[in-house]
Amino acid sequence: MSQPGQNYLNHEKGLWSWLTTLDHKRIGIMYMISVFTFFFIGGVFAMLMRLELFNPEPLFAAQTYNQMMTYHGAIMTFMVIIPGVPAFIGNFILPLLIGAKDVAFPRVNLLSWYCLMVGAAISFATLFFAGVDTGWTFYTPYSIQTNGTVLMVLGAFVMGFSSILTGLNFIVTIHKLRAPGMDFFKMPLMVWALYSTAIIQVLATPVLAITLLLLAAEKLMGVGIFDPALGGDPVMFQHFFWFYSHPAVYIMILPAMGIVSELITTFSKKTIFGYRAIAFSSIGIAAVSFFVWGHHMFVSGQSQLAAVIFSFITMLVGVPTAIKTFNWVATLYRGSIEFRSPMLYALGFLFLFTIGGVTGIMLAVIAADVHFHDTYFVVAHFHYVMVGGTLMAIMGGVYYWLPKMFGKMYNELGAQISFLFIFCGFNITFFPQFLLGSYGMPRRYHQYLPEFTSLNQISSVGSWTIGVGFLIGLGVIVHCIKWGPKAPKNPWGGKTLEWTTDSPPIHENFETTPVVTEGPYEYGK
Amino acid sequence: MKKLIPFFTTLFSSVVAYADYAMPIQGNKYAAEVDSLYGFLLNVSLFSFVLVIGGMIFFVLKYKRKTDNDGTPYISHNNTLEFLWSFIPFLIFMFVFAWGWKLYYQAKAYPENAFEVHAFGRQWAWDFQYKSGRMSTGEMVVPVGKPIKLIMTSSDVLHSFFIPAFRIKQDVIPGAYTALWFEADKEGEYQVFCAEYCGKSHSTMYAKVKVVSQEEFETWLAADPMKAYDGLNLADRGLKAMKTKGCNACHYLEKDQALVGPSLYGQFGAKRNFVDGSSGVVDEAYIRESIKMPNAKKSVDYENGIMNLIPVNEKEISWIIEYIKSTSKK
Amino acid sequence: MSKHHHAHHFDSAEAEFEASKFGVWVFLCTEILMFGGLFVGYILYAGKYPEVFEAGSQFLDWKLGAINTAVLLLSSYTIAISIRNIQTGETKKAINNMIITLLCGFAFMGIKGYEYNHKFHLGLYPGKYFSYDAKAHHGDVKDTAPGDHNKPELMDNLPENIPMYFSFYFLMTGIHGTHVLIGMGLIFWCLMRTRRGDFSPDYYTGLEGAALFWHLVDLVWIYLFPLLYLV
Repeated sequence: MSQPGQNYLNHEKGLWSWLTTLDHKRIGIMYMISVFTFFFIGGVFAMLMRLELFNPEPLFAAQTYNQMMTYHGAIMTFMVIIPGVPAFIGNFILPLLIGAKDVAFPRVNLLSWYCLMVGAAISFATLFFAGVDTGWTFYTPYSIQTNGTVLMVLGAFVMGFSSILTGLNFIVTIHKLRAPGMDFFKMPLMVWALYSTAIIQVLATPVLAITLLLLAAEKLMGVGIFDPALGGDPVMFQHFFWFYSHPAVYIMILPAMGIVSELITTFSKKTIFGYRAIAFSSIGIAAVSFFVWGHHMFVSGQSQLAAVIFSFITMLVGVPTAIKTFNWVATLYRGSIEFRSPMLYALGFLFLFTIGGVTGIMLAVIAADVHFHDTYFVVAHFHYVMVGGTLMAIMGGVYYWLPKMFGKMYNELGAQISFLFIFCGFNITFFPQFLLGSYGMPRRYHQYLPEFTSLNQISSVGSWTIGVGFLIGLGVIVHCIKWGPKAPKNPWGGKTLEWTTDSPPIHENFETTPVVTEGPYEYGK
Repeated sequence: MKKLIPFFTTLFSSVVAYADYAMPIQGNKYAAEVDSLYGFLLNVSLFSFVLVIGGMIFFVLKYKRKTDNDGTPYISHNNTLEFLWSFIPFLIFMFVFAWGWKLYYQAKAYPENAFEVHAFGRQWAWDFQYKSGRMSTGEMVVPVGKPIKLIMTSSDVLHSFFIPAFRIKQDVIPGAYTALWFEADKEGEYQVFCAEYCGKSHSTMYAKVKVVSQEEFETWLAADPMKAYDGLNLADRGLKAMKTKGCNACHYLEKDQALVGPSLYGQFGAKRNFVDGSSGVVDEAYIRESIKMPNAKKSVDYENGIMNLIPVNEKEISWIIEYIKSTSKK
Repeated sequence: MSKHHHAHHFDSAEAEFEASKFGVWVFLCTEILMFGGLFVGYILYAGKYPEVFEAGSQFLDWKLGAINTAVLLLSSYTIAISIRNIQTGETKKAINNMIITLLCGFAFMGIKGYEYNHKFHLGLYPGKYFSYDAKAHHGDVKDTAPGDHNKPELMDNLPENIPMYFSFYFLMTGIHGTHVLIGMGLIFWCLMRTRRGDFSPDYYTGLEGAALFWHLVDLVWIYLFPLLYLV
């Protein structure tokens, strides 16, 4: 039994107790600090890029911009959006959601955080030794000729282990540590989302590992696998790379969708519409995601037959995604809607992700993709789904679970103002990019023809707006952690297990192991 | 109700007009077909968006929380609805997939009688070679109303040949050949971009497709490309030739500053130490060798640089020598 | 004998054991996918340059490869038996079997080392370090593949991109060899723990995990051997 006032935050004191912790909640918080820090660094690069693109004439040297573009992508992909939901939010909340005391392998969990940090350090080191400018996709043969590549991919290799270990941990946790009475169909949808994500993390990331190893070997040894001068096939690299990187984007979006399910149901005080459909859609998306990688390569020189097959299967993966969206909207029907910040972010997600999703279908249409590929249209699409989708969901999840994490309430007005800046700024930044792309402006350009100027300027102004929004958000979160008023156990009236325990929870999560007798969203009964 | 039909007609045709606005000029019939497909995609997307997000906004406003003890009905699922909103999107996706496939198939069905041009991507320019032997850099002249097939490769890294006006794009791969075809309906000049990141000057690796009448094309093909330099002295010809061929992507021509390669300004007579340990002077022979066998005698300061073999004929080499000499007189 | 206390978040020692085994299996899946990627690369390039791979494999002695296969199979057997021994409380036998497993591991790495050394001696390095001179080494290696596959004359007239074969050879056997070493390390650690009395019929999770990993290492070799040595 724990003493009153004792929780996981004051359970032990001192930096060392954090760096050697085995508590999933502390590890989640450590991931939070890491991910937020990396996000701001990646964000600074983004702002500098948009500053350069404000005018058609270049501000920075070409290679400076090209490196910024590369690091922005690599940081956001490997250090923010992939770990963002599973490793940060997932680590904190998964055991609580299933009524467990911790994840299956706490030491492996801690190791996964160190993998992220060490990998990130290695990747950042390249900034000082040899700036990499290949783009985060490292296409060959240019990446073979570039100096910092080996170190950068070594960093990504190590960070990949962070993802694999998190996924492994979650699969075993979900199978083995659910509270008594919680069968698979009584799990919250966030758990289904984390489970589907974990499957992808475990099966896809190893292929990235070997791809990066082969790239490093090509550069160091001259294997001849990707370098045409040695008999290799540069397009082969793209196949290997996207075999991981396409499923990776579902690592990015599936857990975010899990958060949205939680938010919509809690803030509508209504049971989720189509629980099984959403659960099975998550697994379905994870499974099908392995078979669509070639839609990144319609113009790369792959065969016509391959292109047609990949286009077709990509259409299939759109169906479960659409199903989820309709189910969420249907949940709102006759609900009791409360416009707190987490809900605003969930609704913002629906708005922005729908745009991202329909433009994804457009890109899956081969003839359209031939025109849009490698233009700003694609840049707009993936920012709509990754930022408008995943990042919005992360923000929603942060405000939703912040009271549980720290036992303090955040300032609602501040959070709403932050949301407004982010939501509006986001659209101002990225919607013009659809036009820039369809109009023909290619991506990864540090300067452009004068006819693209006005849209670029609008986009850059938007980026400053988002920047302000996130700074305000950071302020709200820091203020909450330091000076927020005390939060109750269940500020939102949520029905999932984490709301039955203290805010912040005790070290063991629950005083006694909960016994589950009903589904996770039994409102209205 | 009656008002809705003209409203939606206006809305959807303005979406199609938007599609035309948002796309580059339609260089040919194929471009128009791609735009129709895009217009359809936009309309369906807008319709779905209005339905879904409109529904979302309507619901959140209509069902705003009134009291803290609001009850809500327990609606767990509806199989009919689930089926409908799975199947209908599926049908729409299949329809656009098939439409896209049809157009893609057209784009890949190279006509037997197509006029072939060889295209080469290099860091950072596009070279074109015609079967007659005519060569050009940065500008591809083709006759109107005839199918043109490009046979493409790269000398170094991946590039991508993108003609927005024709809605076509194809990566060019070192060590392999890829192809592209189009038929231009009307005369004009169309922009070409490189659409696969290839390093420093990826953004400025421009080219133009010039579509001209058959007679004008034949005149151009048979013409002496040297005519473009009529009226200029040799040094000015040298500068113009280097700019046309994209030498300035790696070498400053008008100031003495290092870039990817050494500056060519004022270098005549300068001493050089080479990678193999020997040394020499920048004279006529060295300039010529640097163009014909680019990496044979590299300066130690640029040991890791790789220069492409760029098509330059003997006359052009002599102009380049004269330009470099002229900037070195001081 | 020390009594094992299961971790606080598991309900029982059995639950912890089951979860740990499951975790190891999930990890093995990741290894299969990683090696799988490497195998796919090998198969694709062997298909693209069959003459390169046929010539290169002449330098591999299939008899040594077969011995290594037998050695690993034996070691998988002995490590499995050692678990059985722990389960029946026969700790001494378990330790002996673990030692035999380790010896097999050493034998495998020893033969591998010999093979690598021989190749380096001939100048058969991977990729850009390749420096084989056929004239200098004619007649060094014979009877390298069974039956029809034995074509020593290919070694005199190697295709230009032959270094690619050796890149694949060293990458695949090197990554596999690294896993053998890791496996040996894990088994050594289990050996130490057994001697310390950590394991009992009620608790031997670490050994189970190490043995499973070792079986994977063996399994990967079962695929490597025919691919590299026999075809």
